[in-house]
Formats: sequence, C-alpha cells, structure tokens
Amino acid sequence: MGHSAPKIAAIDGIAQEIAELLGSMLVETVDHADELSFTVVREKLADVMLLLRDRAQYQQLMEVAGVDYPERPDRFEVCYHLLSVTRNHRVRIKVSADEDTPVPTVTHIWPVAGWLEREVFDMYGVIFEGNADLRRILTDYGFKGHPQRKDFPLTGYVELRYSEEDKRVVYEPVKLAQDFRSFDFMSPWEGAQYVLPGDEKASEGKA
Amino acid sequence: MSDYLEKLDHLTDAADPTLGDTEIQNYTINFGPQHPAAHGVLRLVMELDGEIVERCDPHVGLLHRGTEKLIEYKTYMQALPYFDRLDYCSPLGMEHSYVLAIEKLLNLEVPLRAQYLRVFFAELTRICNHMLNLGSHVMDVGAMTPNLWLFEIREDCLNFFERASGARMHAAWFRPGGVHQDVPLKLLTDIADWLDTRLPRLFEDAMSLVVDNRIFKQRNVDIAVVSKEDALKWGFSGPMIRGSGIPWDIRKAQPYDVYDRMEFDVPVGTNYDCYDRFMVRVEEVRQSARIMKQCLSEMPEGPIASFDRKVSPPKRGEMKRSMEALIHHFKLYTEGFHVPAGEVYVATESPKGEFGVYLVSDGSNKPYRCKIRPTAFSHLQAMDFMMKGHMLADTTAVLGAMDIVFGECDR
Repeated sequence: MGHSAPKIAAIDGIAQEIAELLGSMLVETVDHADELSFTVVREKLADVMLLLRDRAQYQQLMEVAGVDYPERPDRFEVCYHLLSVTRNHRVRIKVSADEDTPVPTVTHIWPVAGWLEREVFDMYGVIFEGNADLRRILTDYGFKGHPQRKDFPLTGYVELRYSEEDKRVVYEPVKLAQDFRSFDFMSPWEGAQYVLPGDEKASEGKA
Repeated sequence: MSDYLEKLDHLTDAADPTLGDTEIQNYTINFGPQHPAAHGVLRLVMELDGEIVERCDPHVGLLHRGTEKLIEYKTYMQALPYFDRLDYCSPLGMEHSYVLAIEKLLNLEVPLRAQYLRVFFAELTRICNHMLNLGSHVMDVGAMTPNLWLFEIREDCLNFFERASGARMHAAWFRPGGVHQDVPLKLLTDIADWLDTRLPRLFEDAMSLVVDNRIFKQRNVDIAVVSKEDALKWGFSGPMIRGSGIPWDIRKAQPYDVYDRMEFDVPVGTNYDCYDRFMVRVEEVRQSARIMKQCLSEMPEGPIASFDRKVSPPKRGEMKRSMEALIHHFKLYTEGFHVPAGEVYVATESPKGEFGVYLVSDGSNKPYRCKIRPTAFSHLQAMDFMMKGHMLADTTAVLGAMDIVFGECDR
C-alpha cells in the first residue's frame, strides 16, 4: 500500500510533454518518489516559466526554496514548486546558481515571487536579476551574512541584549556558556573520520 | 450653472490654493509592530492620503527564530515539535505535512486507525483554529460577544488535545508512522457528544449574531475583492483561494491519509471579498464536524503506529522486560532513523491554506534541508494590492480575513 502522503495522480506522458515543450532549455529530468523535477538552464528560467504557465497550465507558483551544496561549483540550487489547479499536478523546476551569477526573476509572471525571491536572497545571497525590491525580509534590519548557508554557524555571530547603561538594545559577539555540541552518530567501528577520544596513541604503535 | 462652475475652476490652481484646497501631503504611518489587531508582530508601513491607503508595505520577520536552520541540526524526530511552534493556533495541521513528508521519503505505511486518528484530530485542529480566527475577525471589526463564545469552543478543543497528547497546544502527537499514543475510548465518546450538542449550539448562537449583522456586513462586504486571476497569481490557497471562487481543496484534489473516504463539501465565495472569506471558514467548521463524525463511525480498532521497528519505538511495557527493546528505544531517541536520500514536497490543507514541507534528505539521520512553505507569506504579500484605495480602518478587516499567524509566517 505504501505511504499515505497526498496522492497526486500521475499524468501519462507529462515528463515527455514538458521535455518537448522546453526543448534545449532542459538540462535534466528526475522522477523520484512520484515527483517530477526538471533542471533547466539558468538564463532561460523566465522563458521556461512562461511556457509552463501558458502552455502547460501550471497557474500557481507555490514556493521558491533555496538549497546550499557547498561542494558543487554552482553551490546554490533554487527550486520552484509549481501547481496546476486545472490538471491537479505539481512539478519542481530547478536552477543552479552561484553568489555572483544572478538568476532571472519571475516576478513579472507571478507577483508572488517577489517575497519568495527576497527570502532566498536573504537566506542564501542568491541574486535575482530584475526583482525591483530585493531587500532582506526575515532577518533583522542591518543583518550581515546569509544564515541558511551551510558555512553559517547555527548560533550566528552576534547576540543582543538590553543594556541598562546605554538604555537601548546593544549587539555583542556571541558568547556561549557551554560549547556547542554536535553529534555525528557515526559508529566508531565504521567510518568515523576523526581520532576517537582515548584512541590518540593507537597510530603510534603502528609506526 | 455650468459657466459658473467653469469660472470657479480657473479661480485656483496648485500654485495659489485657496483655504479649502490647501495641498495635503501624503503621510506615512507605522501600523504595529505591536498592534492588537495585527495578530502578532506585524509592522505595516502605510502611505495614506487622508484616510485612504495608497501603499502598504508589510515588514515581516520580527518573529524569525531560524526554525529551518535549527531543523538541519536535529534528527527527524527531534525536529517535529518545531512544527507545533510555527502556526501555534493549529499545531497538528503543521505536524501533518511534516510526518507525511518523512513517510513519503521512507515509503512507510501507516496503520488505518492512525490515519483515522490523524484526520480526526486534524479536523479538530481546523475547528480550533477557525474559532480563534472567526472570533478575532469579528472583534477586529468591533464586536465583542461572539469572540467570547467562540473561545468557549476553543477551550473545549484544547482540553481534548490535552486528553489525547498531554499538551493543550503544542501536542507533538503525530509521529512518522502514526501517532504517539492511542486515545481512550471515553475521549472519543466525549468528543462525539460535544459534536452533537455543545459545538452546534455555541457555534450557531455566535454566528447568528454575526453573519446577518448590518455593521459586520458594512465592514466586510466588498472589502478587498480579489479576482480568480489575482488569487492564482498571488499564490493564494486555503480559504483565501476558495473565497475567491476557486473550488480548490487539497483534501479533495490530492487526498492524504483517509480523506478520500470522507464525504464533505468545499464551500466557495461568490463576491470574493472579506465577507466571503469569513463565510467560507464558517462553513468549513460545519464540514469539519461532519468529517469528524464520519471518522468516529468508521474508525477501526488496531495499531496506531507503524510496525517498522526502524521508525517507531517499542512499547513501554516491552522496555521494562526486554533489554533489546531498551537498547532499541535508546538508539531511536538518540541516533534516530536514517531516511533514504531524495527530496519531496508535501503540502496539506492546513486550516490556513496550503502548508508545504520541502524535505531534502542526504541519507543521514538529519534533514539536509527542510523548507517550510508558510501560508501567510503569500497572503500577506498581497496586502499591498488588496489595501489600495481602501480606508485605514479596513486594514483590520483585511488582516482578520487573511488569518495570519506570525509564528508560521516568519518561521
């Protein structure tokens, strides 16, 4: 029987139909867990979205999600989740980007993209070319850095408190009362890449 | 008469205004961040021409707690309670998307009783959420009594949550593979009684004060009309898109758990205004009660959590006697379970609209990325065009009809 997540009826040949529609703009198609993802050429994103909205009936842009893969040459991936209310189907469109390579905006196709792109910019620093209002959205006024990047520490860099002397809120570097603990849950018998505590002299015997 | 008016027309100009025509500059005001009608910490920067709103720029993020970042550092099970704290008015609705996303990645089968229990409590959550929203909406536009009566119902709902999970609001009761604990039979019979007696009486009483009320209609009818095209373009979902006349309900279109066995109607608006959004929610409460009754009559006996021992923990009683069960429990609650690599986007019909979870797994015991699609984000963004040309006082009606909670919007 399998999982009970939302059942989306597969449309026969939808992957083929979209592949034909997008032609050379399509880079890769992935069909995993009954969900279709299409990676497309970054520069052509706006054209792709227009085709999908006007010719393939994907009327709604529900979500724009950024993902950070630091080991890739283009480290960021921007995923657009489209919904068709007439065909009752969802697809995911992906582009990859770098800090310096702007992604074309889709605000002229779906105005809802305005804030969604702002959020990806705020969290990852991906630049959206043509978005007229690319301000930070979720972080503090005057915040520095892009917190969802994998190299941004969980604790951040600054903390704030109300200062009785200055009679205002002051920002200070983060001071942790206790070291940040991170467990990797790797079994010591298989695959731990570091020297185990108490095992420092193990390699001396071998030499 | 006409040449008299023409003469008057040339008497004054912008450079030499008479006393009555003094040029008034637009002024900008701050609505919030602390405003009783803003339903949380919302700052609206509004440009007003007299009392007419010309531009409205919502500043969100004042309640940003970095939930998505925190989830990346927690195991799948540890991350679950964060979802209660997103939309703290409908906690189980948020959990539902998350557990379904994990189950989809694991391709995990959920026992039938657990599916019924989830749908049952998800609908109770919907009633609970709508009580808060309908109540605060009428209070925002000036009525006091209905809110007090609706909170009576909400209090009942919270008591039921407490009896099921031990917590009034932050239940953390849905688990990957089922629910945490079975419910006592007495709870189900009590809810059945409540659905037949208290809920309809209190709810219909309160609504009889509001729905045909002249003042309430004056404040809501024809306010913030959103056409079908605009609703699609701005990514509306839930009662907002149904209020704009599009019969779109994920429970119907893409059924999850046992919603495909349920019979219920999807109400839609006809005038696409704030009043319609309100009335859509009113009808949804009745439909939710209908679904809950069906759940009660059809719910089978049986297990409430998956038999996959890699995901669901052993029973308490077993742990007292079996060393292996104890170790098993320890491993599950420290290391957690590993989820195969892949990515899914799972969206459910939360009380406020489409609440989605985009989960990227790298095969480890922690999510690589968990993007939460809040409902309020796209609705609030449309505030600017919905408010244009309306009076300042309409802001509260528009906000109330949007049903925004900042825990979810800011994450």
